[in-house]
Amino acid sequence: MSETMLERAPKAGKAASAAGRPNLFRLFRLRRAKRVNHSWWGNAIAFLVLCAVAAFMALPLVFSINNAFKPLDEIFVFPPRFLVRNPTLTNFGDLFSLLSNSWVPFSRYVFNTVFITLAGTVGHVILASAAAFVLAKYQFKGKNLIFTMIVLSLMFSGQVTMIPNYMTMAWLGWIDSYASIIVPAFAYPLGLYLMKQFMEMIPDSLLEAAKIDGASDYRIFWQIVMPLVKPAWMTLTILLFQMLWGTDGGNFVYSEQLKTLHYAVTQIVLGGIARTGAAAAVSLLLMSVPILFFLFSQSKIIQTMATSGMKD
Amino acid sequence: MLAPYLLLFVLFTVVPVAISLVISFTYFNMLEFPRWVGWHNYQQLFLEDDVFLIAIKNTFIFAVITGPLSYMACFLFAWLINGLQPKVRALFTLLFYAPSISGNIYFMWQLLFSGDSYGYINGFLMKLGVIVEPIQWLTDPKYILPIIILVQLWLSLGTSFLAFIAGLQNIDKTLFEAGAVDGVSNRWQELWYITLPAMRPMLMFGAVIQITSSFAVADVAINLAGFPSVNYAAHTIVTHLMDYGTVRFEMGYSSAIATVLFIMMITMNVLTQKLLRRIGE
Repeated sequence: MSETMLERAPKAGKAASAAGRPNLFRLFRLRRAKRVNHSWWGNAIAFLVLCAVAAFMALPLVFSINNAFKPLDEIFVFPPRFLVRNPTLTNFGDLFSLLSNSWVPFSRYVFNTVFITLAGTVGHVILASAAAFVLAKYQFKGKNLIFTMIVLSLMFSGQVTMIPNYMTMAWLGWIDSYASIIVPAFAYPLGLYLMKQFMEMIPDSLLEAAKIDGASDYRIFWQIVMPLVKPAWMTLTILLFQMLWGTDGGNFVYSEQLKTLHYAVTQIVLGGIARTGAAAAVSLLLMSVPILFFLFSQSKIIQTMATSGMKD
Repeated sequence: MLAPYLLLFVLFTVVPVAISLVISFTYFNMLEFPRWVGWHNYQQLFLEDDVFLIAIKNTFIFAVITGPLSYMACFLFAWLINGLQPKVRALFTLLFYAPSISGNIYFMWQLLFSGDSYGYINGFLMKLGVIVEPIQWLTDPKYILPIIILVQLWLSLGTSFLAFIAGLQNIDKTLFEAGAVDGVSNRWQELWYITLPAMRPMLMFGAVIQITSSFAVADVAINLAGFPSVNYAAHTIVTHLMDYGTVRFEMGYSSAIATVLFIMMITMNVLTQKLLRRIGE
């Protein structure tokens, strides 16, 4: 295997022999749009391996779903069981009665999380893409320095910058506000780096052609570059969504009215043994939103790929 | 179009990192004003702090094993999944990404490796007659490290995995047709001569992310082995940093640890990038 990978591909040999074959074979080749013929057993082995690993990877999903439907005595049974025997909805009932008794209305937590997640994700994707476009496709002084700084910053441990960040927030007067979570999310280095790498895969000639046709920089960005890298910013959206959805407000938000769903849930979980059932239910609910979002955006990515291919 | 991003980036990333680098040369307990101590923190770190040396050793073991393995796994699985039908592909992507989405994953591993005879693995091995007494998987220094490596690997199909999948979909399809005409005859040649070179920007991205996350192992260690772990068997640089930063409030010392980790990651990245440039040649 490694031998054939390292050797130079024999030029022309295969193509010539295919051309010499009877019509039937050539038709078959044409229908496959000149893609290399992948052996069926290779595909079969790959698929089996994928299935086996996927089953293993899916364990936490299976476990969380089962756990949420377990009656209390099954949650505490020893030795613990993986699958539920007598599924019940009591955990969800407990959860809702718990939540309706809380001091701040539950809908407030939901609103906070949804607002932070949406604003942060949208803002980040737009700002990071625009900045990445400039870094990937324009020449100017200091460009490499900026990019190097962004990549380096990915490698600095976040725990120690918490205090300087707190001082910045205090200086801006953003302590105890949505802005303290949303605005820093706009400038995460990850998104810019990802978008820049994708935009470098776009051929320059395409953009030059658009420029000659009289398109402005903004138009090139919105109408040519962004549609082409849709899989990239969809991926970025998934990552950001998931990250912000799990945020708990950190060290910057203190008033109960501004706290997030994640924080509220942690309080329920900390409520002790009696709330274990509700905690299992809530972790399933919290998890299902990113999953649904993920599935939704995956189908969007696939739609784009079916309709537009990047051609130089 | 660059300005708004850059302004925020400087404000929330460059400035804090710079401040933290300066703080690493001070004694700072968050109550008094930082006092300049020069190289003292670094001296203490390398010459007097035995636990730090354990942390460095553990971190290197983690990084050297999980880094390359998870990187290759990310690409391999992304590549295999990319060959599937669209609907199946979406499902498989979800399943492979599942460990990164779900929150209460550690609980599952605690069940598996529980130290009494009711833990799944202990129970299984005892039934088979391989062992007579239950093994203390998560408190015996002999087993902690391999278990954490295993869980870390399982968790590692995250950001770069998704980025690879998106990257594979963004490759110019005509490249493959041209390759087939030019005599690429099997999937390995296709991978080496077409897919990998076309993916080079993404591979660079994945390498940075994977190195960063494999050097920053902390969550898995803390959740499975406790904090601090028995005999510091699962102690990593980041847990050491958290120990001094959030438990003992010695911010100067903790910043010095962060700086050392930062320099280690940069070195690894430079080496990896050099290696990656040779793909597809």
